[in-house]
Amino acid sequence: MRTAPLDTISNDTGSSDRPAFKPLLLVEDLRCGFHTGQGLIHAVDGVSFSLERGRALGLVGESGSGKTVLARSIMGLLPRSGVTKSGQVNLDGQDISQLSPRQLRHLWGAQLAMIFQDPMTALNPVVRIGRQITEHMRAHLGIGRAEARSAAVALLESVGIPEPDRRLSSYPHQLSGGTRQRVMIAIALACGPKLLLADEPTTGLDVTVQAQVLDLLAAQQARRSMGLILVTHDLAVVAGRAEETAVMYAGKIVEKGPTSVLFHHPLMPYTEALLRAIPRLDLPSHTRLGAIPGRPPDLSALPPGCRFAPRCPYAQDRCRTQEPPLEEAGAGHFFACWYPRKGSLPASWSYTDSVTDLPRAPTSVTSSQAAIPEGQIQ
Amino acid sequence: MTGTTEPLLSVEHLVVEFPAGRARWVQAVSDVSFSVMEGETLGLVGESGCGKSTTGMAVAQITRPTSGRVIFDGKELTELAGEKLRHAKKGIQLIFQDPISSLNPRRTVAEIVAEPLEVWKVGDRRSRRNRAHEAMEAVGLDPRISGSRRPHEFSGGQCQRISIARALTADPKLMICDEPVSALDVSVQAQIINLLEDTKRRYGLTLVFIAHDLAVVKNVSDKIAVMYLGRLCETAPADELYANPAHPYTKALLASIPSPDPRAATLTARIQGDLPSPLAPPSGCRFRTRCKYAQPRCSEEIPRLSEIGPNHQVACHFPLAAGATMTTTADKKG
Repeated sequence: MRTAPLDTISNDTGSSDRPAFKPLLLVEDLRCGFHTGQGLIHAVDGVSFSLERGRALGLVGESGSGKTVLARSIMGLLPRSGVTKSGQVNLDGQDISQLSPRQLRHLWGAQLAMIFQDPMTALNPVVRIGRQITEHMRAHLGIGRAEARSAAVALLESVGIPEPDRRLSSYPHQLSGGTRQRVMIAIALACGPKLLLADEPTTGLDVTVQAQVLDLLAAQQARRSMGLILVTHDLAVVAGRAEETAVMYAGKIVEKGPTSVLFHHPLMPYTEALLRAIPRLDLPSHTRLGAIPGRPPDLSALPPGCRFAPRCPYAQDRCRTQEPPLEEAGAGHFFACWYPRKGSLPASWSYTDSVTDLPRAPTSVTSSQAAIPEGQIQ
Repeated sequence: MTGTTEPLLSVEHLVVEFPAGRARWVQAVSDVSFSVMEGETLGLVGESGCGKSTTGMAVAQITRPTSGRVIFDGKELTELAGEKLRHAKKGIQLIFQDPISSLNPRRTVAEIVAEPLEVWKVGDRRSRRNRAHEAMEAVGLDPRISGSRRPHEFSGGQCQRISIARALTADPKLMICDEPVSALDVSVQAQIINLLEDTKRRYGLTLVFIAHDLAVVKNVSDKIAVMYLGRLCETAPADELYANPAHPYTKALLASIPSPDPRAATLTARIQGDLPSPLAPPSGCRFRTRCKYAQPRCSEEIPRLSEIGPNHQVACHFPLAAGATMTTTADKKG
C-alpha cells in the first residue's frame, strides 16, 4: 500500500493537451538511503507522486523531512558513493533515475532545472552574470555568443531586472539577494525546461522580496506551461501558488491533495500542526501559536508505527505499533493516519484551543505559574 | 499599562552614521524616536537595510549613536562611557538572528549560559551553576543532558533556546531580539515565539522585537514601529496597524505576507523594486520612489510623524484613510 495511484492530480480541469496516463513527472516508490555511522538510513522512503505539465506541486515539511533529498534525487544530484537509490523517476516517459552524469548533462537545463536556496553559493562568485547565463544556452541550444547575449538580456528583462544590459557584466556579490535569486531563475529558465525544481527559493529573503520572487515564478510557470515543484518549510508560501500540496515527514509523504482541500480539511495531524504554527495577520496580537513539540525523529532510530506518533497529540496505542498506509480520502486527497482529523479548520482560522488574550503586564503573573520563582534569577 | 508613567526605554532623535569611504557618510538611522513602557513589546519592522538592526545596536550602545538620546531605566546611556555605561546597560540583553554563530563553539552550553554571571562575578561557582541550570530549565533544556554538550550538537531552534537562557541569567529588564526566528523553520519558529512570550511574562521583561516579517511581529508585539531607509514611517498598536495601515509602505508590507489561505485573493498591492541606496536617499519622503501615491510634494518636503489616532502616528503627506482595507484591485505591472 506504499505506492499511491498515479493519477493523483485530477485532469478534469482543462489540461486536455496530454492524456491522463502520461504525466510530465512520475515518481514511483523512490527510496534514497545513505550509509552513515549509524547504518543505512533512508532520507526518502518510498515516495510516489505525479505532476502534470503546467502544474505546480508544493512539497512541504520541516528541516530533515527529506524534501531536499527528494528534489535532488529527482534532479540526479545525489552523490554516487555511499548512497543507495531505488524506484523510478519518469520525466516525460523516460526513466531518468539510472542515467549516468554524462547523460544527465543533456537533461539539466534543457529538460529539468533547479533553483537552490542560497543564490550566493549557487552562483560562481568569480564569473560575471552574463557568462553564467549564456554558458549552458550556447551548449544546449547551439547558438553563437552574440545571439546568446541578446537572449540573456531578454531573459533578465523578463525576470524583472532593471538595466539588464549592464547587469550582464556584474559579479554576483554586486547584486542584492533578491536580484541574485532572479538571476538564478533566469539561468534555470534559459533553455526552456519542462520541469523546474525550486528548493526553498525564498528562504532568507525579505517578505517583500519573497512575494516578488514567488510572483515571478508563478508568472513564468504559467507563461511557459512548465511543471514546478516548490519545496518549502512554510505552508503559507504554497497556498494559492500550487494546485497540489504534498506534506513530507521523516522521509515519507504523509498527506497530499489539492491545496485548497488540504488547507481547509487537513486529515493528518502533522499537516494541521504545521498550519497552526503559522503566525496569522488576521488574528489579534499575542495569539498563542500552535507549536509542534519536539523534533522530527532520528532517521537511524525511527519509532515503530507512525513516525509522527511521538509528537502527535492524538496518538493512540495503535499509532505506536502499526504504521498507517497512505489512503485515499477522495478526490485525490491522500493521508497516512489511523485517526484522521474530522473537523475542518474554519475559514476564520480562529483556533478554539488557543489562548487568545494573554495578560500583557507582568504584574498579573503569579509566581506559582512560573517553574522558577521570580526572585531566584536575579 | 503598568502604572508607571515613565517609559523603561526612550529613544529621542536617534541618528547613527557610518563612514562610507571618500569622506562620505551613510546615515543608517535618521531621527528615530520611540519609547517602550515596562512590560511592553515593541516590534521594529522593515526590509533589510532599513536600519532596524542598527537601531537595536544603538539602543544597547554596541554601536554608539552619532546623535540623539537613549534613556534606559532613568539613565541617559548616550551620556555615559566606560565602566559607568557598562553598569547602566547591564539590564539590556540581546538575542541575535543566527543562533549558531552567536554561541562560542568551543565552550559547553553550561559555560555559555553561566558566562554573564562570571562576567559580573555574581555569587560563587556553585550558585552560578545552579542559576545557569535554572535558566536552562526555564527555556526547556535539560541541564543534565545538555549542559556538557557544545553548540554544534544542537539544532538551530535549540541554539536559540541557549541564547535566550544566556540572556536570562543576566537578569535583564529589556531584551532586544534581532530577527530571533528568521533562520528557523515555521514549526520551530512557533516554539521560540511562544517561549519568548512565556519568559517575558514570567520574568516581567520588556522586549524590542526586530524582524522583517510583519506577521511574526504582529503576533508578539503590543505596538509596532515600521522603518524605511532609516526613518520611521508609522507607529501604532499592533492590531490597529493591521486594521488601519495609514502609510503606503505599511500597506505594501502587509500585502507581501503570504496568506496561508488558498482561497484568499492574491493581493497585488505589492511593492516593486529594491531599496534605494542609503548613500543617496531620495529627497523628501524616502519611500516616494516606490510609492504609487507619490505626488510632487513628497519629493520636496520630508513628512513628519504626526498623530492620526490614539497612539497612531504616521509620517506621510497623504496618509491612507482609516478603515481603508487592503484593496485587491490589480496594479498594472510594467
